Amino acid sequence: MDLSAYPLELPKGDCPMVRFMNVTKSYGSLVVLDNLNLDIQRGEMVSVIGPSGSGKTTVLRMLMTLETINGGVIYIDGKPLTHMARGGRLVPADEAHLRRMRASIGMCFQHFNLFPHMTALQNCMEGPVQVLGLSKAEARARAEELLAMVGMIEKKDQHPSRLSGGQQQRVAIARALAMRPRIMLFDEVTSALDPEVIGEVTEVIRKLVAEHDLTMLMVTHQMGFARDISDRICFFYKGKIEEQAAPEQFFTNPQKERTQQFLRAVKDAD
Amino acid sequence: MWDFLQTYGPRLFDGALVTSAQFVLAALVACAAALAAGLGRLSAFWPVRGLATVYIEIFRGTSLLVQLYWIFFVLPLFGVSLPKFEAGFLSVGLNVGAYGAEIVRGAIQAVPKGQWEASYALSMSPAKRMRRIILPQALVLMLPPWGNLMIELLKGTALVALISVPDLMFVAKQINGATFRSAEAFGAALLIYYILARFLITPAMRRLERVMARRLGRA
Repeated sequence: MDLSAYPLELPKGDCPMVRFMNVTKSYGSLVVLDNLNLDIQRGEMVSVIGPSGSGKTTVLRMLMTLETINGGVIYIDGKPLTHMARGGRLVPADEAHLRRMRASIGMCFQHFNLFPHMTALQNCMEGPVQVLGLSKAEARARAEELLAMVGMIEKKDQHPSRLSGGQQQRVAIARALAMRPRIMLFDEVTSALDPEVIGEVTEVIRKLVAEHDLTMLMVTHQMGFARDISDRICFFYKGKIEEQAAPEQFFTNPQKERTQQFLRAVKDAD
Repeated sequence: MWDFLQTYGPRLFDGALVTSAQFVLAALVACAAALAAGLGRLSAFWPVRGLATVYIEIFRGTSLLVQLYWIFFVLPLFGVSLPKFEAGFLSVGLNVGAYGAEIVRGAIQAVPKGQWEASYALSMSPAKRMRRIILPQALVLMLPPWGNLMIELLKGTALVALISVPDLMFVAKQINGATFRSAEAFGAALLIYYILARFLITPAMRRLERVMARRLGRA
């Protein structure tokens, strides 16, 4: 792969928070993402939707560096994430670079993935104490503040096995926020929840959008929710962005036939 | 029977104490070796992986008795002399540790992928991720098979009698040689091994399983 065409850093000033530049991901001969170009601005909330297998979750996982990429470069705040500068050129990032860069990214998962051997509070303190080197007291204060924000302070001493799915997901959001990320990724965070508790999780995300200037990227199947809170909708189809637009425009006047088909199918399912 | 126990009971008891000491020390060796080799098998660094594999293959693939004889009779030829007591628990511990290594590896790999990803997303270093997140959960998974292995280990210690460590089996053989009361001598040994396994090791492992389950907030 020729990396000489990619800048070592993006010009300061108006550089986006996240930039995917010609990013390709494939498993063997199966191309999951094909030459993806996507910018996400500071403080922007972007929802990624599309049929399953369209590569939308892969976008998030690549950004969290849970997946390596096969081509292109991802930049975070102007600096390369998947690569690093060495001797005036870009080379694939080493483990230390990845760890440093991904500290500014937080992620919430479909199945919460809370640590089962720790209480809600301990879950939220683990990263700040072990990774950021905060004192126990500082980490506890920060964790309690966040647990209060997601409405879980009364349950702070419970283990995940004693919490409902909705409660676990709210703790997981607090755990990710405790690292003070600048970018938050939500990977189908309501898909594994019972319908009656979805609201308590979306409520927390609404609050984040309203009160914080986090940059957020969300993969979701909830069209109404995405329409309400997003600045932009990206519709993925077969590894490409088929259409992207502001929510009003996207849902009321989709341009592409694939988008129209998808939105019709989703509406029928409701 | 009663007069037999009155006469030989104290010696059998001493033998049982030596067996218990062999068991505890061998168990410590086995735990350390199993953890090191189990983690080694999963290392990204191939020489470490190779070393762990060689250890497991040698100690799992050959007879414990032959290993015991090697450590006690052959190593001195290479300048490494171990007293019989140390040679005994070291052999048994290393042998059982090789089986334990596969339990450790299997348990670590059985921790759900989401746990690895969540700790990765928190930017934890691989060492911290293993120590703080993966191992505590793997420990719970490895306890039941580990209990089995501990009983195997206890029974394995009987072989140290063959290098004259005065354990329970050694005492039983001595009594048999002096009195020819085989049924009583080996009957008593059988019973004591059973009691140690059934009423000490098994309840201890069960208790440990309960404690660990509670720490996961399950109980």
